[in-house]
Amino acid sequence: MIQNNPISRIVAHIVLIIGILIVAFPIYYAFIASTQSLQDIMRPPLSLLPGGHFWENYTTALFGGIGRIGGVGVGRLLINTTIMALAIAVGKIIISILSAYAIVFFRFPGRMIFFWLIFITLMLPVEVRILPTYKVMVDLGLIDTYTGLTVPLMASATATLLFRQFFMTIPGELVEAARVDGAGPWRFFKDILLPLSKTNIAALFVILFIYGWTQYLWPLLMTNRNDMTTIVIGLRKMISFADADTEWHLVMVTCILAILPPVLVVVLMQRWFVRGLVETEK
Amino acid sequence: MASVELTNVRKVYAGAVEAVKGVDIAIKDGALCVLVGPSGCGKSTLLRMIAGLESITDGTVKIDNKVVNDLGPAERDIAMVFQNYALYPHMKVYDNMAYGLRNRGMPKDQIDKRVREAAATLELTHLLERRPKELSGGQRQRVAMGRAIVRNPKVFLFDEPLSNLDAKLRGQMRVEIKNLQRQLGVTSVYVTHDQLEAMTLADILVVMNAGAVEQIGAPLDIYEKPASTFVASFIGAPPMNLIPVTSDGSGLILKDGTRIGAQGLAVTDKDAIIGFRPEDLEVATGTESHVGGLLLDLKVLGVEPVGAESYVYGIIGGERVVVRVAGRSVSQPDDHLRVIIPKEKLHLFGGNGKRL
Repeated sequence: MIQNNPISRIVAHIVLIIGILIVAFPIYYAFIASTQSLQDIMRPPLSLLPGGHFWENYTTALFGGIGRIGGVGVGRLLINTTIMALAIAVGKIIISILSAYAIVFFRFPGRMIFFWLIFITLMLPVEVRILPTYKVMVDLGLIDTYTGLTVPLMASATATLLFRQFFMTIPGELVEAARVDGAGPWRFFKDILLPLSKTNIAALFVILFIYGWTQYLWPLLMTNRNDMTTIVIGLRKMISFADADTEWHLVMVTCILAILPPVLVVVLMQRWFVRGLVETEK
Repeated sequence: MASVELTNVRKVYAGAVEAVKGVDIAIKDGALCVLVGPSGCGKSTLLRMIAGLESITDGTVKIDNKVVNDLGPAERDIAMVFQNYALYPHMKVYDNMAYGLRNRGMPKDQIDKRVREAAATLELTHLLERRPKELSGGQRQRVAMGRAIVRNPKVFLFDEPLSNLDAKLRGQMRVEIKNLQRQLGVTSVYVTHDQLEAMTLADILVVMNAGAVEQIGAPLDIYEKPASTFVASFIGAPPMNLIPVTSDGSGLILKDGTRIGAQGLAVTDKDAIIGFRPEDLEVATGTESHVGGLLLDLKVLGVEPVGAESYVYGIIGGERVVVRVAGRSVSQPDDHLRVIIPKEKLHLFGGNGKRL
């Protein structure tokens, strides 16, 4: 596959560079726009170099409050979204690792029924069960709460199946060795299963954090108050159909801020799970 | 240290598959008992029942004169060495060995002392900070042994511990296990399908077949007096030669119709099997007496020299046999030899395979 032909290398590099430009340019452009004043943005063409309003725009967005979303700052939205994404990611991991543990390592009546019940929920995406779930949340008075935002999204068949597949690759002898060594179910889980699942947990955390971060439909339904909403919904509310109403410079700031946490999580966790991949062994 | 006693132990799996059919074994304190048999004979199941990893359908397992049927593996005070070592991959060698002790709530300084002692015994001291994947097969095997000996259990259980090692290392480790077991004096049960391992390690050898015990005894007793054709062909390499014969009251007749003298042999069954070890044949010079022994014609098919000895493959009465000859063999293919099986070396089995 790898050729040392100089022409093909140049072609390959050109293709790669074009690809990167296509992906990166809009983000760069958004960043440029977030450092301009509203007037500059409204008067095309937009400069390709950063403007002089970086500090001003970012402090306004973060702490000043934005008119179209009831004066709530983007900082508040970031906090909300972080809480939501973290709660969903951590909650999903805890629930699915425990249920996979039960299904793989314990023999109890109805084990297969439970497995299939979990499996079947894969076929029911959030959108399909959204009305009954919404009704339950309203009846429980959970509109505009973090509980309402996160709990219905926590149960995850995908993560359960993933852990199940991984647990099934753990040799039976290892389980038996632990039993002979006097490790009860809880010790086995804590001392052996969790450390071995490190890599899987890290990978899942990244995926689930981004899943939680980019939720749109559920927070849209669950939140009415502007100070309880997430950054994606906030972003949507900041854009008016009448162009002149929209504070585009602040919208762009919010866009950039919304990208940062997921990128940060990917970068930090990637290092962590690559190290995990290198270190552990079955 | 303890005795191990199995009384009429049975294992029936759901679906009525009887994996172990009523086994009685008594192992004295400090003895090394080897369970040997072909795959699927129930030897591992039996070991796992002693360990408490498998439930016991019927019968009792006693360790140190105490029935342990209903105790979990951790409460039976046993330690087990697994075929694939089953080391905890994320723990250092030290922690692998210390884990069982920590779970028992032993104080730290005592754990440290025991682990270091065991490591010294097994020459693992310089490897204590490594992880299992950084070790060779033989070293992992030692760690698995170390994990067993730090516990200072009443019984060691070995489940084919050497089958993942190469032949040379296996020989070395076999000697080490034997010495270690002697030195520690811990009652041990060792499962293997390798008859050589079984012969060399065992104080008591248990040959199993299809879920039942075929024969129990000292290895050499079993070698010299196999209770059945199964044991005869399983123990010893190359295996015992077995030649089916029919008896008409006055003598024995080979499959190809050759009548052979059988003075002094009391064969009452119509169908019988005569057996002899490859090393027990003598080439007849014509003068020796062979009262009670058998004088047979052997047609040579081929010779395999392996250095210290040679294997001569041939046919007696239509059955293929192998003969072990010290040093080099002068036989050529198609040679005809007169051979004698001395009476005391002759094994007779009935038509059902049981020793007569």
